[in-house]
Amino acid sequence: MNVPTMADMMAQGKQPEVLFWVGAAGSYDDRAKKISRAFVKILHQAKVNFAVLGTEESSTGDAAKRAGNEFLFQMQAMMNIEVLNGYEVKKIVTCDPHSFNTLKNEYPSLGGKYEVFHHTQFIQNLISEGRLNIDDTSVLKGKRVTFHDPCYLGRANKVYESPRDLIKRLGVNLTEMKRNKATALCCGAGGAQMFKDAEKGDKEINVLRTEEALETKPQIIATGCPYCNTMMTDGIKFKEKEAEVVVKDIAELIAEANNL
Amino acid sequence: MQYIPNIIFALALALGFGFFAMNIRKLSRNIKLGKDVNRKDRKPERLKNMLMIALGQSKMVKRPFSGFLHVIVYVGFIIINIEVLEIIIDGLLGTHRVFQNIIGTGLYAFLIGTFEILAVLVLIAVILFWTRRNVVNIKRFLSKEMKGWPKKDGNYILYFEVVLMSLFLLMNATDIPFQQAGIGNPISQFIAPFFKGFTPETVYIIERSAWWIHILGILTFLNYLYYSKHLHILLAFPNTYFANLNPLGQLTNLESVTNEVKIMMDPDADPYAAPAEGVEETIPEKFGASDVADLNWVQLLNAYTCTECGRCTSACPANLTGKELSPRKIMMDTRDRLEEVGRNIDANKGTFVDDGKQLLNDYIKPEELWACTSCNACVEECPVNIDPLSIIMDMRRYLVMEESAAPQELNMMMTNIENNGAPWQYNQQDRLNWANEE
Repeated sequence: MNVPTMADMMAQGKQPEVLFWVGAAGSYDDRAKKISRAFVKILHQAKVNFAVLGTEESSTGDAAKRAGNEFLFQMQAMMNIEVLNGYEVKKIVTCDPHSFNTLKNEYPSLGGKYEVFHHTQFIQNLISEGRLNIDDTSVLKGKRVTFHDPCYLGRANKVYESPRDLIKRLGVNLTEMKRNKATALCCGAGGAQMFKDAEKGDKEINVLRTEEALETKPQIIATGCPYCNTMMTDGIKFKEKEAEVVVKDIAELIAEANNL
Repeated sequence: MQYIPNIIFALALALGFGFFAMNIRKLSRNIKLGKDVNRKDRKPERLKNMLMIALGQSKMVKRPFSGFLHVIVYVGFIIINIEVLEIIIDGLLGTHRVFQNIIGTGLYAFLIGTFEILAVLVLIAVILFWTRRNVVNIKRFLSKEMKGWPKKDGNYILYFEVVLMSLFLLMNATDIPFQQAGIGNPISQFIAPFFKGFTPETVYIIERSAWWIHILGILTFLNYLYYSKHLHILLAFPNTYFANLNPLGQLTNLESVTNEVKIMMDPDADPYAAPAEGVEETIPEKFGASDVADLNWVQLLNAYTCTECGRCTSACPANLTGKELSPRKIMMDTRDRLEEVGRNIDANKGTFVDDGKQLLNDYIKPEELWACTSCNACVEECPVNIDPLSIIMDMRRYLVMEESAAPQELNMMMTNIENNGAPWQYNQQDRLNWANEE
């Protein structure tokens, strides 16, 4: 798969229109890597001139910051900002709402000022610019889909409509959970919880959220965050519903609909 | 001798307001124990928030039933205050229903009539509130932190309302000339017949008693506020005005850390350099918060504003799944500790004497802090824009940066980020492998 790096681009004296920030999950997590590849396929189809940092990318520091380690966060931030500014990056797109939030809101006061998009916003723009179409007559047509709002996209940054707009364009039947948008329940991964066991309680958060999703009798649980994806996928396994329900990122659904 | 009631009234008023002013001064001093944070920017946005959220109750009605009842009690409270103004003037000047002469009988009757109807609506709302708190099993009113005083406090307020509204109606019902005029009494006209068998003198005494107890009750209520969760009726306004306006996902970047990181990353910096001439050596700032004075004044204002409704806790994913964390408890603990610190200062002639306690551990346990997913559900829910998450994060910062007391798995995650730029143990050189794996 052709994924150019900023270093390649620079060597050729080119500047891409957008940097794809892959994030740690999108780079290393087996499930999330599929989301990265699906998004790249979409970028290729829309003929977007993009590049990644590749081995020059490093953790945004989101998890460290929310675990309380402001030192580590700011070291990561300043390192990344040095690289990004070195390449004169202006526009960034990412499939990870945590990277999205950190790059967009927490890097500017440290010297990293970029226009940052979540991939659902970016794809929405591609469509409105006429560079991409979503096939609404694909195998997905008529399927029951529910959307789980990632906290760092939704409440944290008030992006509720971009993912929903894309889902509707797939020709599917979007059914909302009781808690949605501003009142959506967290999947349980945020605030560095992804990397530790939960405190003592009577239930796992991802199981509760999965139960809420299952109440809508979905065939597909769509989301827009690699961490939410992991949590919901684990929830589906826990509820032994793997045969009936799949968890998919919106980028994967679009790639599937467009036969990429 | 005829001025004695006026003098007693003036004294009661001075005492009531004086004591209240004293407590407000104490409150303001306690809030100022917090660190500075700039909330003087973006004034139009702040004003709009205050008008919409505090005055307009826009977030209250997101839960329609309790929101609607609250609006009734709130409107009742605000509007019936016009009546209190009249009572104060009457009490001081020895007049009776002084507004009647000023604004004319028709308008006066309309106003008092409206107040009477509101008083009944408030009574109904308060009874429903009481039922919700004491009979219906609503989970957020039954949490651990609501046992004891907080539960009683919630009920006392409701009893206060019942007594005040009843006295208002009784006062009107036993005002013989007012009833004889027969306008502006849509409710009290049905209570008045109950006193028919009484002598006019007895009815007059009942009317005067109801009038006096009503105003003394209001003065008592005013002074009860400081000792209760009920401060929100005043503090909701500054609290929404000074609330955070940035996206909820944006955490502050600690400036003290920025300075140190810059020195660390500057190849030309000499970490052992003596401070420049004229620069005083300062004690390094403490990172994060372990006690109330480490928090900023808006966080402390938040704590006093919280009315313990528990909407935050009822939306918290950690709390919903049985974890110890309750965002409401974080706010209540912060306020209780701040009050304790305030009493310490009072007892020690204006300076705080170390009492060997702090907010962390003595009030809030690390287990509560580590259960948070930083999802912002609590912040989103709060009808008056309180931010429990910022306190949780500041306390995590203290635990990690001052005490190195993160859970072991988080230490491993952070070591991985330091060593290979990812929270997992993968080689940095493999970061682009995903592109060629299919």
